[in-house]
Amino acid sequence: MTNSAVTVDGLRVRRGGREVVHDVSFAIARGRVTGVLGPSGCGKTTMLRSIVGVQIVAGGEVTVLGHPAGSPQLRRKIGYATQNPAIYADLTVTEALRYFAAILRAPVSDVDRVIGEVGLAAEADSLVGNLSGGQLSRANLAVALLGTPELLVLDEPTVGLDPLLRDSLWELFRGLAARGATLLVSSHVMDEAARCDELLLMREGRILATGSPAALRERTGSADLEQAFLRLIRDEEAARS
Amino acid sequence: MNLAMTLATTRRILSQLRHDPRTVAMLILVPSLLMILLRYVLNSPIVFDRTAPALLGIFPFTVMFLVTSITTLRERTTSTLERLMTLPIHKLDLLFGYALAFGLLAIAQVAVATTIATTWLGLDIKGSIWLLLVIAVLDALLGVALGLFVSAFARTEFQAIQFMPVFVLPQLLLCGLFAARESMGWVLHWLSNVMPLSYAVEALTRITGSSTVDLTLWRDLLIVAGCALLALVLGAATLHRRTP
Repeated sequence: MTNSAVTVDGLRVRRGGREVVHDVSFAIARGRVTGVLGPSGCGKTTMLRSIVGVQIVAGGEVTVLGHPAGSPQLRRKIGYATQNPAIYADLTVTEALRYFAAILRAPVSDVDRVIGEVGLAAEADSLVGNLSGGQLSRANLAVALLGTPELLVLDEPTVGLDPLLRDSLWELFRGLAARGATLLVSSHVMDEAARCDELLLMREGRILATGSPAALRERTGSADLEQAFLRLIRDEEAARS
Repeated sequence: MNLAMTLATTRRILSQLRHDPRTVAMLILVPSLLMILLRYVLNSPIVFDRTAPALLGIFPFTVMFLVTSITTLRERTTSTLERLMTLPIHKLDLLFGYALAFGLLAIAQVAVATTIATTWLGLDIKGSIWLLLVIAVLDALLGVALGLFVSAFARTEFQAIQFMPVFVLPQLLLCGLFAARESMGWVLHWLSNVMPLSYAVEALTRITGSSTVDLTLWRDLLIVAGCALLALVLGAATLHRRTP
C-alpha cells in the first residue's frame, strides 16, 4: 500500500460512552486533495483526529505514511489545523508562527512564506486575539503549512471566509498537491466538494461513498454533488429498511 | 529533550507576558508592596527580621503557583496544547520552558523585594544574598511545578484558582511562619515535615540569621529542588498525546 498516504482499517471510536465512528475503512492516495464531506456531527473531526494520532480509538488500524498513526516519526511530516483555532491569542501572528516553526525546526523564512500563502501579510504584526474570525482561521491554517508536511489534515479550513479568499486558499491547496503533498480537507459545504480530486462522504459515523466527484455524479445520475449526496443517503436508508 | 525547543518555549512565554505589561508589573511590584505593608503593620524591626525572610520565599511560591496553573490551563483549554502534542516537542521541553520563563520572572520579583527589604525596610541578612536569591527562585520553581501539575485536575479557571487554598495555604500554615514547627503536635509536625515549603522557609531563615552554610542548609535546598523536579515530572505525566 505504498501509494496510499493513509489507510484506515476497521476504525472505531467511542466518545462520551457511545460509538461515533463505526468500523470505517478507506485509503487515501498520495499527492491528491481528498475532501471529507458530511453534515456537522457526522464524525469528520473525530476521524481526522484519529489520522493525526491525537484521538484515543476503540479499535482498528490507522497507517499514515507507512507508520501507525501517532508515531513520533510522523510529528514532523503532518500539518494539522484544528477546527477551533489553536494559536496563542496574546502573541502577534509572526511571533506565534515563529514559535511553531522553532518546534518543527523549520527555517525562519518559512514564517514569512506561510503568512504570504494565507494572505495575512498586512496582519503579520497584529495580535492574534485582535484578528477577525476569518483571519484567525487563516493564521491557524498557516501553522499547519510550516515546514514541508507530506500530509496536511485541515479541519474546515475555509469556514466563514469570503468567496475570493476561499478561492485563493483552494488554489494554494491545489498547488501543494501539485508539489506532491497529500491533503485531507474537511468541509460541510458541498460546493467545495467539486474542487477535490477524491471525496469521502460521511454520515452518522460511517462512510457513505468514496470516489472522484465525476464518478459520484455518474454513479448517482445527478448533475450536482448536493443531489448526489442526497441520492446516496436515500439509497442507503432504503437498503437498511 | 532538546535545549532549543525549551528556549523557544521560554521565549514564547516571555513574549506573551510582554504583551501583558499589567500582569508583569503586578507580579514584580505586589510582593514588594506587601513587604512594605508588613513592615509597618508589625512596627518592630526584630519581628520583621523574623518574618520577612520566610515571605521572600512564600511570595514567589504562591504567585507562580497561581500564574502557572492558569496559563497552562489556558493552554489546555484553547487546544494549543493539543497542537503542540502533534508536533515534535518533548513534554519536558515544554515544562522546562515554562519553568525557565517563570523562574526568570521570579528572579526579578525576588530581586526587587529583597532590595527594598534590605535597604528601605532595614532587613538584616547575615548570610549570602546570592544563596537567598537561589532559594527564592527554587521556591518559585516549586510553585511553577506544582501549578503545572494541578492544572491537569482543573477543568475551568475557577477550579484552578480553588487549588490555591488546597495546595498552598496548608503549606503556609505549617511552614513555621505562624508557629514554630517544633512546637506542633506530632500530626501537624509530620505534615509540616512532608511539605516542601517548610524546608524552603527553614533555609531562608538560616541564611538571614547566620553566614555559615551548613549541611542542613544544603539538605533543605536539595529537598526543595527535588520536590520541584518531581512535580515537573509528574506534570509531564499529566500531558497526553492522545485524548478521548
